[in-house]
Amino acid sequence: MSVAKPLPHDAAKLHVSGAARYVDDLPTPAGTLHLAFGLSPLAAGTIDAVDLDEVRRAPGVVAVLTADDLPHANDVSPSNHDEPLLAKGSVHYLGQPIFAVVATSHHAARHAARRARMDITPATPILTIDDALAADSRFEDGPRIYVKGDPDTAIDRAEHHLSGRIHIGGQEHFYLEGHAALALPQEGGDMIVHASTQHPTEIQHKVAEALGVAMHAVRVETRRMGGGFGGKESQGNALAVACAVAARLTGRACKMRYDRDDDMIVTGKRHDFRIDYDVAFDRHGRLLAVDFTHYVRCGWAMDLSLPVADRAMLHADNAYHLTDVRITSHRLRTNTQSATAFRGFGGPQGIVGIERVMDHVARHLGLDAADVRRANYYADNAAPLPAGKAHDNRPIPQTDNDLASRGAAPEPSSDTLPPVPHGAQTTPYHQAVQDCIINALTDRLLRTSDYSARRKAVAAWNADQPILKRGIAMTPVKFGISFTLTHLNQAGALVHVYQDGSIHLNHGGTEMGQGLFLKVAQVAAERFGVPLEAVKITATDTAKVPNTSATAASSGTDLNGMAVRAACDTIRDRIAEHLAQQHQTTPDAITFADSKVRIGSEQISFAQAVASAYENRVSLSATGFYKTPDIEWDRIKGRGRPFFYFAYGAAVTEVVIDTLTGENRILRTDILHDAGASLNPAIDIGQIEGGYVQGAGWLTTEELVWDDKGGLKTHAPSTYKIPACSDRPDVFNVALWDQVNPAQTIYRSKAVGEPPLMLGISAWSALADAVAACGPAWGDLQTPATPEAVLAAVGRARG
Amino acid sequence: MDISFLLNGDAVSLTDIRPTMTLLDWLREERQLTGTKEGCNEGDCGACTVMVSDESGHRALNGCILFLPQIHGKHVTTVEGLAAPDGTPHPAQTAMIDHHGSQCGFCTPGFVISMATAHLNGATDHDVTLAGNLCRCTGYAPIVRAAEAIEGTGAPAHLRTIVLADGVAVAQSSDCVAPASADDLAGWYAKHPNATLIAGATDVGLWVTKQLRDLGPIAFLNRCADLRGISETPDDWRIGAMTTIAELERYFDPHFPSLSAMLRRYGAVQVREAATIGGNIANGSPIGDGSPAMIALGATLHLRHGDMRRQIPLEDFFIDYGKQDRAPGEFIEALTVPKQADTLRCYKLSKRFDQDISAVCACLNIPRDGDTIRAPRLAFGGMAGTPKRAARAEAAIANQAYSEATFRKAMTALADDFQPLSDMRASASYRMQTAQNLLLRFFHAEEGTATDVKAVRA
Repeated sequence: MSVAKPLPHDAAKLHVSGAARYVDDLPTPAGTLHLAFGLSPLAAGTIDAVDLDEVRRAPGVVAVLTADDLPHANDVSPSNHDEPLLAKGSVHYLGQPIFAVVATSHHAARHAARRARMDITPATPILTIDDALAADSRFEDGPRIYVKGDPDTAIDRAEHHLSGRIHIGGQEHFYLEGHAALALPQEGGDMIVHASTQHPTEIQHKVAEALGVAMHAVRVETRRMGGGFGGKESQGNALAVACAVAARLTGRACKMRYDRDDDMIVTGKRHDFRIDYDVAFDRHGRLLAVDFTHYVRCGWAMDLSLPVADRAMLHADNAYHLTDVRITSHRLRTNTQSATAFRGFGGPQGIVGIERVMDHVARHLGLDAADVRRANYYADNAAPLPAGKAHDNRPIPQTDNDLASRGAAPEPSSDTLPPVPHGAQTTPYHQAVQDCIINALTDRLLRTSDYSARRKAVAAWNADQPILKRGIAMTPVKFGISFTLTHLNQAGALVHVYQDGSIHLNHGGTEMGQGLFLKVAQVAAERFGVPLEAVKITATDTAKVPNTSATAASSGTDLNGMAVRAACDTIRDRIAEHLAQQHQTTPDAITFADSKVRIGSEQISFAQAVASAYENRVSLSATGFYKTPDIEWDRIKGRGRPFFYFAYGAAVTEVVIDTLTGENRILRTDILHDAGASLNPAIDIGQIEGGYVQGAGWLTTEELVWDDKGGLKTHAPSTYKIPACSDRPDVFNVALWDQVNPAQTIYRSKAVGEPPLMLGISAWSALADAVAACGPAWGDLQTPATPEAVLAAVGRARG
Repeated sequence: MDISFLLNGDAVSLTDIRPTMTLLDWLREERQLTGTKEGCNEGDCGACTVMVSDESGHRALNGCILFLPQIHGKHVTTVEGLAAPDGTPHPAQTAMIDHHGSQCGFCTPGFVISMATAHLNGATDHDVTLAGNLCRCTGYAPIVRAAEAIEGTGAPAHLRTIVLADGVAVAQSSDCVAPASADDLAGWYAKHPNATLIAGATDVGLWVTKQLRDLGPIAFLNRCADLRGISETPDDWRIGAMTTIAELERYFDPHFPSLSAMLRRYGAVQVREAATIGGNIANGSPIGDGSPAMIALGATLHLRHGDMRRQIPLEDFFIDYGKQDRAPGEFIEALTVPKQADTLRCYKLSKRFDQDISAVCACLNIPRDGDTIRAPRLAFGGMAGTPKRAARAEAAIANQAYSEATFRKAMTALADDFQPLSDMRASASYRMQTAQNLLLRFFHAEEGTATDVKAVRA
C-alpha cells in the first residue's frame, strides 16, 4: 500500500544533500551565454531613443536585443497579446524590460544592462485604484456584476446596517528560487528549454510563436521549481522566450536568471484590492443582505487578472449562505507590475472581504465573532460519509483538448447549466452547496482548541493588562476546486513499465515543492501493487505529455492523479488479460498487491508478470487522460457550477499586540482542515502549515510599497518581510478532517494546495479582536497588519 | 591576489583572483558545487549559507556576500561536505527528511548548514540560529522539529576537528591588500586614502552584488587580529573595530542584557558573525543598531590616520546624513565604553522581529540616584539623518523625579528633537509616536508591567 502513507518528499534526500538540481544548477554546454534585461526607469512614457552603444561595448557582451531585433512574435502574454517581451514605442511600468543583453556571463550581462542611455518622454502614470477609476482605466468594458436575490430591498428594510472599506495588500511570491530558464538550440531550428515554470505548455507555446515554429519544434522540460505559488504560472514566459530567441540568433545555449531585485521589480504579484461593503443584518448577526464592490489593481497587462477577479467574486461568500447579495468587480489597469496568479488566485481577497464583514457585524452587536460566523454558515449536508479510503472504479471519460492558459477566452455561454437540486442552499453564483461540513468541522475545532475557555481567559488577561492585549479568532475556509476556465480541467499521463518491472512515470503536473510527484507516484505504485521505489518519477516534459494545463488552482493531484491512474490501469488490465488467457481464468480473478500478482491461488512477482507480458508481445506503455466531470458555468452571468467540489477548513488563532508600538505575535494556532481521504498526510499537513504561515504573512508583515513615481520600494528581502522562523505560531496544532470526499476524486482525496492559505486570515481577525480590546470604537484594522497598521487601529478603537 | 583555504577538507590555492568574487559565485561557477544556492544575493535569505571554521570555532555565513579573500586560511564546509567521508548523512540531513523539513528544497541546503553549525556549537535556540534562513513553503514548524530532534546528539567527527590551511601566505598587490595588523593597515591606508576597507562585507558586499560598483583599491581587514576583540580595564571596555556583532552580543550579555537581546535581532546569525561594530559605525547609517546603543553607553570612538590617533565622543562622529567626522585615510581602531551600572534598555521596532532593519531603534540609558534621574542618554536610530541623542528629551528629565509624569515630559520634548522621515519601513508619524511611546515603555517595564510581546506565551 502506498496511498495514504505519510512518506517523505521523493526528493528529500536530494534536497538535504544539495544534489537536487534546479534550472540554474544544470550543467551547461561550453560557450553558454547569459542574459539580462535593461529595464524602464519610468512607469509610463514614450520611448524616444535608446542608446545601447555603451552596452554593446561593455566587456563580454555578445549581442543586445531590442524589440526590433525579434524575428517573430514580440509577445509573452498568457492571455490578451498585450505584453511585449521587449517594450516598443512606449513603456507601461517601472521595471518593464526594454532590451536584453546577451553576454558571456551573468555578471557581464547585468553590468552591461546598466550602461544604456534611455530617452523616454514621461507620461503621467496611473498608479492607484483611485487614479484608475478617475481615468476609467480598466480591463473589460465595465464592472462585472453577480447578483442573487434582491440585496437593495433587503438593505433598505434592515434593522441593522453597516458599511465599510478594506484595503487588501498585494503579496510578493518570494519563491526562494528566482525565475530561471535555459534554452538549448537543436538541429533544424528546434529548441529545448529548461524553465522554472508551473506551465511548460505555455512556455512551449510562447517560445514557438517567438521562433516562428510549430509547437512540435519546442520541447520544454521542468524537473522542479524552488517554489512557485502561482508566480511561475505566466511570469516565466519572458525569460524562456528571451533565451530561446537569443539561442536562435547566436546558435549558442542561452541562460537567464533574474537577480532577486529584478525578479521583484519585473514580475507580477498578488492583486491588491479595495473592497467596499454594505451589509444588513439582524440582531443575532445573521446577514440579510450584502453588497460588495471589488476594486482590483491589475497592473499594466491583462495576464490572468480576469479569472483572478472572477475567483474573488466566487469566494465573496466564503462559508456563508447569502440570500441577497451583489458583487461588483472593477478590473483596473495601472502602470505597475502586471499582477498575476498567487496561491488562492483572488479567492483570499474575496474571503477577506466577507470575514471583515463578520468581524464588523460582531463588533457592532457586541457578539463573539465566532458565533456570528456560525450563525451564517451554509448548512452541513446529509450524514457524513464514513472515514477512510474509498475505491473509485468509475470509468474515465475521454475527450480532446484546448487552449492551455487560464487567461484564454472563456467558453461561450451555455443555456444548459447544471440544475440546482430542490431546496439546496446556493452560492451567489447559484451553485448548490452539497458537500458542506463546515459546521461539524468548526464544532470539533472549537472543542479541541478550547476556544470558549480561552476567549474568557483572554478577556480576563486583557482586563489586567494596560499595555499588551490579546485577541483570539476563528475563521473558516470554503474553497472551490476546479479551474474556472472549465476546459483546463484536463490532464494527461504517460506510463511505461519496463521488462524488469520498473515503472517510468510522467504526467503534465509540475513539482514546485508541494509533493505532487510523490502523491501521483503513490497512486501509480498503488495501482500496480508495487512499492514506491519501483516507480521512477521524471521531469515534466512537453514531449511526453502534451497540452498540459498549468499546475495551478490546487488541481495538480486531482487531475494528474486520475490521468496516471487511467494509464496504469490500462497497462495493468493488459497484463491481467494476458495472464488470464495464460491461466485460463478471467482478468477479474487477478490482483496486484504487495509486489505480487495473484492469479487464483497462484502467485508470481510483479516483475515476472511483466516479463511474461513482454515476451507475449503485450504493450507495456500507455497514456492516460482525465477531465473533471459535471462542471459548467457562465462567467459573464455568474451562474452555474464552476467547482467540482469544495474544500473546507477552519483555524483558531490567538495573538498578542503591544498598544504602544503595534508589535504583535501569533501565540497559538489550531487548525482542522479537510483534505478528504488524504493521499499523504505528511505532505498535506506540510501544505497546511506552510499555507497558513504564508497567509498570515500576507496579512501582517508582508507590505508592498510603491513610491509616487511607481517605483517598487520593497524589492528585496531587506525591505519585503516574509515570515521568518520565529514568526510561526509558538503552539501550532494541525489536524486533518478525516472524511472521504463525496466527489469522485482520486482515492477520494481533496485538493490542498491553496485552501490552507486562507486559514491565515484567522491571525488577522485575531489582531482585530485584540484591537477591539483597546477601546469601544471600531478599529477598522487594514491589511497588511504591520505594527504601524495595528497601532493606527488601536488609536481608532480608543476613539 | 592569491589565497589558500580548505574546502570540504581539501586544500585549495587560488592565484590572481578577482578580489570581489563572492564565495557563492566561485562555488557555483568555478567549482560546479551548486548545492549552495543564490536566493537574494544580499545576505537576507540564507540560501547560500556555508560553514566557515577557524581557530575561533564554526560560524554560519552568507556565501553571497563573502568575498574570497575573507576566507583565506579558513575551512569552508558546504552542503556537499556535510556527510561523513563514508557517505553517512549528517544528523541534520536525516532529521530534515524524517520531519518533512523540505518541500521545494531550495532553501534546504542553507538550513542544514545552519542547523549543522548550531549543532556543532551546541546552540539550541533555533529561533535565533535559523532566523537568517527564509523558507517560503513549510512555515518552519517541521524544520524546527528537525532541529530539536538532533539536540544533544554527537557531532560527526569529520566536522568536530578543525583542520586549517596553516602557514600559507596571502599574496597581495598594491591596490588590493590584506594587512596583518593595524599598523600595516594604517600605513597603507594613509597612502591610499580613497580605498575601500572591507571588514565583514555585510554592507560592502551589496555595493558589489547589487550596485555593481567598482570598489577601487581594497584592504581586507580580516587578518588584522589586533583590531579584533574586547579587553577590559578597571574603568572601561575597549572594543576593537573588527569585533563582530556576535562577539559583542555574547560578551555584553552579563553586563547589558537588553543590549544583547537587541543585538540578537541585528541581522541574523550569518550577518552578526560577519558584521563588525567598526563597520557598522563607519558606514554612518542612520538605521544601524550598533551606533545608538554605543552612544547611549557613552562610548568614545578611537580614530587613527597613519600614526596619528584621536578620540571623540561617538555621537560627534555623525555629522549629517552620509557625512562623518572621518578624514580620508583615517579609520576606526576601537571604541571604549565606560563601565557603569546597567540602566540601559534597547528597543528595536521593525515590521518583522528577526532580521529586519529598524524603523526606530531607541537605546535609553536612564541612571537614577534614588528617585531622581541623573545624566540620561537617550539615543535613537531611524529618527534623523544620523544616529542621534534626544537632547531636549534628555534635558526634560535630567534631575527630575522618576515618575510617569517625568517620562511624559520627555515624550513631549522628543517632538522637538526629531523630524523623522516617511519611507517603506514606516511613516514619520509612526516613528515619532512610537519613539515617544518607547519612553513610556521604559517606565512601565521598570514598574513591572508586561510590555514585551515576545515574553507572552499562549
